[in-house]
Formats: sequence, structure tokens, C-alpha cells
Amino acid sequence: MLCPECGKRPATLHYTKIVNGEKTEFHLCEVCAQEKGEVMPGFEHGFSFHQLLSGLLNFNSSPQEAYKPQTLRCNTCGLTYNQFSKIGRFGCGDCYKTFRERLDPLLRRVHGHSTHRGKIPERAQGELKLKKELEQLKAELAAKIETEEFEEAARLRDQIRSLQEQLEK
Amino acid sequence: MSLEHFIQNAISEWMRVKGPQSDIVFSSRVRIARNLDGLPFPLLSTQSQAEEVVRRVEEAWKNDKDRLAVLKDAELIRMSDLTDLEKRVLVEKHLISPMLAEESRHGAVLLSQDESVSIMINEEDHIRIQVLFPGLQLEKAWELASQIDNWLEKHLTYAFEGGYGYLTSCPTNVGTGIRASVMVHLPALAMTQQLNRLIPAITQVGLAVRGIYGEGSEALGQLYQVSNQVTLGQSEEEILDNLQGVVRQMIEHEQIARRRLQEMSLTQLEDRVHRSYGILAHARIIDSNEAMKRLSDVRLGVDMGLILGVSANVMNELMVMTQPGFLQSYANQRLNPEQRDIRRARLIRERLAMEQTKEQ
Repeated sequence: MLCPECGKRPATLHYTKIVNGEKTEFHLCEVCAQEKGEVMPGFEHGFSFHQLLSGLLNFNSSPQEAYKPQTLRCNTCGLTYNQFSKIGRFGCGDCYKTFRERLDPLLRRVHGHSTHRGKIPERAQGELKLKKELEQLKAELAAKIETEEFEEAARLRDQIRSLQEQLEK
Repeated sequence: MSLEHFIQNAISEWMRVKGPQSDIVFSSRVRIARNLDGLPFPLLSTQSQAEEVVRRVEEAWKNDKDRLAVLKDAELIRMSDLTDLEKRVLVEKHLISPMLAEESRHGAVLLSQDESVSIMINEEDHIRIQVLFPGLQLEKAWELASQIDNWLEKHLTYAFEGGYGYLTSCPTNVGTGIRASVMVHLPALAMTQQLNRLIPAITQVGLAVRGIYGEGSEALGQLYQVSNQVTLGQSEEEILDNLQGVVRQMIEHEQIARRRLQEMSLTQLEDRVHRSYGILAHARIIDSNEAMKRLSDVRLGVDMGLILGVSANVMNELMVMTQPGFLQSYANQRLNPEQRDIRRARLIRERLAMEQTKEQ
């Protein structure tokens, strides 16, 4: 068949788009397809995961929420929640904190979970360990003060101080 | 440039080696996304911040005396130093993503000599470590990617948060940041109409099936990319196990379908693969869809022992070399689609003729 766009070249590209359950078939020649920005393998900008994601985000908000002024904004990079829901991407690591409340339901929808269970960077691992140790020592310190073992308490206090210094580095 | 010389350059070293299950699995890829702490993601980074990311990775790589062996002779390539055609060739070899080639600011790639490792800089995330291996080798690919990750982490501080894991620009990558994918050739399942049942089943277990050039691309030459979707809440090992398990089942089904075809309709099958071989060996004009379809048939014929004297690798090579970017870089000029179809047919004829002279 001839390409219905230009009516000159044979249609070599055949595809079906399904939007909201409505099927539309397209037949185009390579030239018209390129002009229309449709599928060149590897070089298309067609339907992306981000658009699908923003669909989920909109679906996610209740009617009341949709009318609420959307002023939630990340202080670090300036991205607003509205912008995020359009592009489906965050601007910086702090966005995860800023938008936490709305993010968790979304993550559960996408991944089925909202908590990481995989690899931990070695450095963060060290830090987490130090933090745990610190908490432990603080608890011990409180106990020693309670029982008035001041010598022990002083030793613990010094240990805590050096750990805190290590963490701040 | 002679064809032999061109092939040398066109085919990554890792592609020349035969991997496990290579009659059905072409390649395994593991990609992990990482971002640097304290800098906005590439989406919002300024020119100087983007440049900073490249600089930090470059410094880490240059200054580390005991860096990983695989990265010793690596090369840092900036997108700004490449022509559109050169970028396109890297995309067709799956070494960089279309996004890095087209949209990135200060995009760069640290590419290992054998091209099995590419570290993309300033793609959607600051850093994307990609490892590509032939055949089914997901665990090995993950091992290497994780080693590279550990090495980079010695020099750079990642954006990481206890609860969410590795922070990524898109929340679909957060957590492990891992995307593992396997490229499988499923001609017998397609011929026996079983794919339409198989693909929905696969998507139900949290995996995605796509064409070979990623999101939205169609399955050229009966090649499918199967990859994980979930990156959060499962460990890397669980994610890989899940994918590997499904891929093993797909391999098994494909093998059964091939055997059945051989038993039930051998002559039809032989006719199909030899007919395709005939077209490839003699056509003067061939578009990429038809080329991929015929190459897929011939590859099946080779893998099943129906076509002799052609190595399976030649089909892999041709599937890459007949892509538009490669054809134009071989011709050393821009070509319109009609010119490409003529060049493509010629390239295939020449390559197959090379095999025949080897035979004699």
C-alpha cells in the first residue's frame, strides 16, 4: 500500500497505537514516519516509561488533592511536585526526602515495595555501623550514670566523642 | 576500507566469543545507575555541574594506579567529540543509549578496550555502569559491574539513603539501580504462535519484554530483550535469579518448539531457512526489516544444523552491521533509505561470499 501521508512512497512502517483502550492503526513510509517523529529503532522519542509513570501519578491523586495548590517544592533543586508528575524524574537526591509522603505509595505501586534490600555502599555501611555503635554507647553511658559508675561513664563519654568525630569527617 | 577490516572494527571483542546457551541467548547485560551525592541529577544540572561529574569520574579513573584490569586500557569519549554518525554506531552496538547520544549535556562514556564495559556519564543518572557479555552470563556480568561499582565508590560519594537505597533520577530505578536484560532469539516460538501466550505471562512476574533497541522498539528478527522492572525491595541476587529462571524456561520452550518443528515439518522449515539464505545471498535491494527477518531464519538454520558452512556469528555480525548507522559509516557518507537498502544487500552478499571462500 502507498503511504497515506505523502501518497508517493510505499508504506513500510505499520504499527498499532492503543490509547485508553482505543486502537488506531498507522501505515507510513520511512520518510513520513521520520518527519512525524515516529519510530526509528533506537532513535525514537515516542511513548516512554516516564509518561506512563506520570499517568500513574495523576491516577494516584484523589480529586481533592488535584484541586489543592501544588506548592510542594524541593528546597535543594527547586523541582515542584507538579513538575515531577509531568516528567516523572527527580532533580536531586533530596527530592526523595521532600516528596517522601507521596512517593511511598507510588513506589509500592511500581515496585511492590518501598524499602531497599540490596547492596549498600561500603562507606555508608561503615557509617551505619558507627551510628549503631554510637547509639549503643549512649545507652550504656546513661545506664552507668544511673548506677553512678562515673569512671566507666567518663571512659564511655570519650569513646562517644571520638566516634562522633569520625562520623563528622 | 575493506570489509574484513570494517568487521574488525564493527564487532566488539566480547561478541566474537561464544557464550553459554548462545544458540538462543545472544547477550546478557547488567546496568546499574548511580548518582553523586551533593550534585543535582543531570536533568537539572548546570553546564559546570555536568562537567564536574565527568571530571570526577575521569580523575578517579586516571589517578587510581591499581584500577581494575578491565579498565586499564579504557578510553574516555566525550559525546561532543563525536559526529552524529559515530554516536549512532555506538548506539547500534548497544554501547551507549540513544539518550546519551542525543540529549545529554556533557555526556561521556568510559569504554573498555574489549567494549564489554561502558560507563555512561551524564545520562539520565550521573553514572550508569553497563556490562555486556555474550550468551547467558548474568551472574558474571553482575559480579563485574559490582566490582566496578566498588572501585568507583572508593573515589566518589554516592547519593544513597538507608531506606530508599541508591537514589536515581527516575523512581523506577531507585533502590538497587539495577536493570538486567537478556537478549533472546525465539524464532521457533514465534513460528508456532506461542509468543502471544508467553509474553503476557512474563510481564506478570515483574519482567518486561521489548524489541532489541529498547523501549517501544519492535522485535526485529525475532530478537527479544527480557529485563527486570522491579529495582526496589529485592536484592540484586533475587532480581537476577528471577530473571535467570524465566529466561531458562524460555530457552527450554524454544528448544522444544525447534525440535517439534524438526519432527513435524522439516521440509517446510528447510525451505524457509534456505529460501531466506538464497534471498540474502542474491538480493540487490533489501530493507532492514526484511534483512533482520531473513538473518533470523538463516541463524535458526545454522543453529539447527540445517545450513552448513556459515558460522552463527556471521548472523550476529550482520544484524549489527546492516543497521543504518553502520551502513553509513562503512560507506563513509550519509545515505538515504533507498541507497541504504542497496548497500545493505551488497554488504550481506559480500559477507556471505567471504564465508564461502573460507569453506573451499
